[in-house]
Amino acid sequence: MLQFVVRRLLLAIPTMVAASILVFLMLHLVPGDPAIIFFGDQPVTPERLELVRHQMGLDRPLVIQYLDFVRGIPRGDLGRSIHNRTPVFEELRTRVASSATLALAALIVAGALGLSLGLLSALGRGTWIDAGAMLVALAGVSMPIFWLAAMLIFVFSLRLGWFPATGFGGWNRLVLPAVALGFVSAATLARLVRSSVLEVLLQPFVTTARSKGLREAVVIRRHVLKNAFIAIVTVLGLQFGTLLSGAVITETVFARPGVGKLLVDAISNKDFPIVQGAVLFIALIYTVINLVVDLSYAYLDPRIRFD
Amino acid sequence: MPTSIRASASTEAQALGRAAPRSLWGEAFLRLRRSKSALLGGIILAGLIAAAVAAPLLTPWDPLEMNAVDGLKPPSARHWLGTDILGRDLFTRILFGSRISLQTGLISVAIAILIGVPVGLSAGFYGGLTDRAMMRLVDLMLTFPGILLALVVIAILGPNLLNAMLAVGISASPTFARVVRAAVLSSREQTYVEAARAAGCTNARIMLRHILPNTVAPIIVLGTLGVAGAIIAAAALSYLGLGTQPPTPEWGGLLSEGRNYLRVAWWMTTFPGLAIMTAVLSINLLGDGLRDALDPRLQS
Repeated sequence: MLQFVVRRLLLAIPTMVAASILVFLMLHLVPGDPAIIFFGDQPVTPERLELVRHQMGLDRPLVIQYLDFVRGIPRGDLGRSIHNRTPVFEELRTRVASSATLALAALIVAGALGLSLGLLSALGRGTWIDAGAMLVALAGVSMPIFWLAAMLIFVFSLRLGWFPATGFGGWNRLVLPAVALGFVSAATLARLVRSSVLEVLLQPFVTTARSKGLREAVVIRRHVLKNAFIAIVTVLGLQFGTLLSGAVITETVFARPGVGKLLVDAISNKDFPIVQGAVLFIALIYTVINLVVDLSYAYLDPRIRFD
Repeated sequence: MPTSIRASASTEAQALGRAAPRSLWGEAFLRLRRSKSALLGGIILAGLIAAAVAAPLLTPWDPLEMNAVDGLKPPSARHWLGTDILGRDLFTRILFGSRISLQTGLISVAIAILIGVPVGLSAGFYGGLTDRAMMRLVDLMLTFPGILLALVVIAILGPNLLNAMLAVGISASPTFARVVRAAVLSSREQTYVEAARAAGCTNARIMLRHILPNTVAPIIVLGTLGVAGAIIAAAALSYLGLGTQPPTPEWGGLLSEGRNYLRVAWWMTTFPGLAIMTAVLSINLLGDGLRDALDPRLQS
């Protein structure tokens, strides 16, 4: 097990290095002089441009600039925002809580809803319950998240007045964004839970469990669900990527001050240090989550460790 | 599936009768026709495409023509789906928007195929260092979840429709590379490849004439489902203000326009969203049917 963990950890390093190179190069791939981009629309004298070029290290070789960039990361030095001069790290730090709460809440919604929809339709295979649940799931994967979010705001906040439409803080501001964000993943999950539960139901050990007189609820809980769990964890793990990118949109719709909204606003404002910081941050989180998912397989299914 | 293949396969099947051996495509088409949901998806999609093509014939209004007196009118006999703040007919804008949105989906996937297929083909065929280098790059691209990669591309190139298609296409390309590589790996070792090599075929010829045709089925399936994903992704970019710019009617853009009028004009948000959902749902139904038809092993 330890060997597997170490090997998997080592594999994550080149990925992060490559991601940091790409993020670093981003500023140089943008057409135009980074120093001019730095000033945005403000007028600037050539002397000041030269000064900034020197301060940003643009007059040094690209490799040195990259190494400087990487060296700053562990210290939390990701540069400063072009617009308000606040450190990028601070901007990210103040927004992480909002995004993390949203992602976690959405994951819970996705898990609970996906599991129950999938289980319902698998156990009622061929009935109208199955058809209904799968129709909901199909609609869920075909629905743009920002539309669902807007419709939720319209019904539950503007018409019924149950929840506030925008902002951050308090559980009542979390419900609508979490449902909007979690629903798409729930739909994907439901389809998968259905097929993996159906598959497990055909296994001989289920017949054994039934024939030794176990109650159906116990059979489902102890034998079927436990075995369908690996596939479910895989999809939940994979869905985290969908969740992260969905969060970018959800945060914008609900005007939640999270990392995703920070990124979208920064792209519109051409605030490149913020874009770089946010992209690097999301890539890092994604890599860590994938790592955790892989490690949890090894825990759930001992066969995987020996591959 | 190209219509020529479809037509020839079905006439061939008819001509030869049921007992005669059928081609892979004929077999697949028969299976596809048996799937009710795929048929439904195909019909809806055909209807949407026909409506997009015939857009100017289906509406008396102009998608860009403003008429301030008619602003924010709810759905009525005059304006079926209501009007926006500038008095533009929403039905017309959605109809013309379908031209842009459907095209965006198709072009994005075409870009993804143009990038992904050659990469997957050469990585799978040559193996070794080429394979490792290319797959590392693919893995790297997959480190950026979903829309994030598209956002990076937009951040570099700037926000507009063309760049949005490029962004969505580029961010979808790693999946194509992966799937094609897997298909190539399984056909590379087949005897017909060995035979072609023994007959003196060049690598390029083997790749294009003998291996590529065997990767077409997964490309079609992934491509179809990819169009659905690309329509949503491009609409999302437009919604965020990073894709199509106003006044061009595009489904995501229309939703974005409706955002500030949610309280007073629910129709501006409701109907463009329903349009996206109908299109994406029908493509998903068709794609699922194609997958089952082309790859019987995956059938549930």
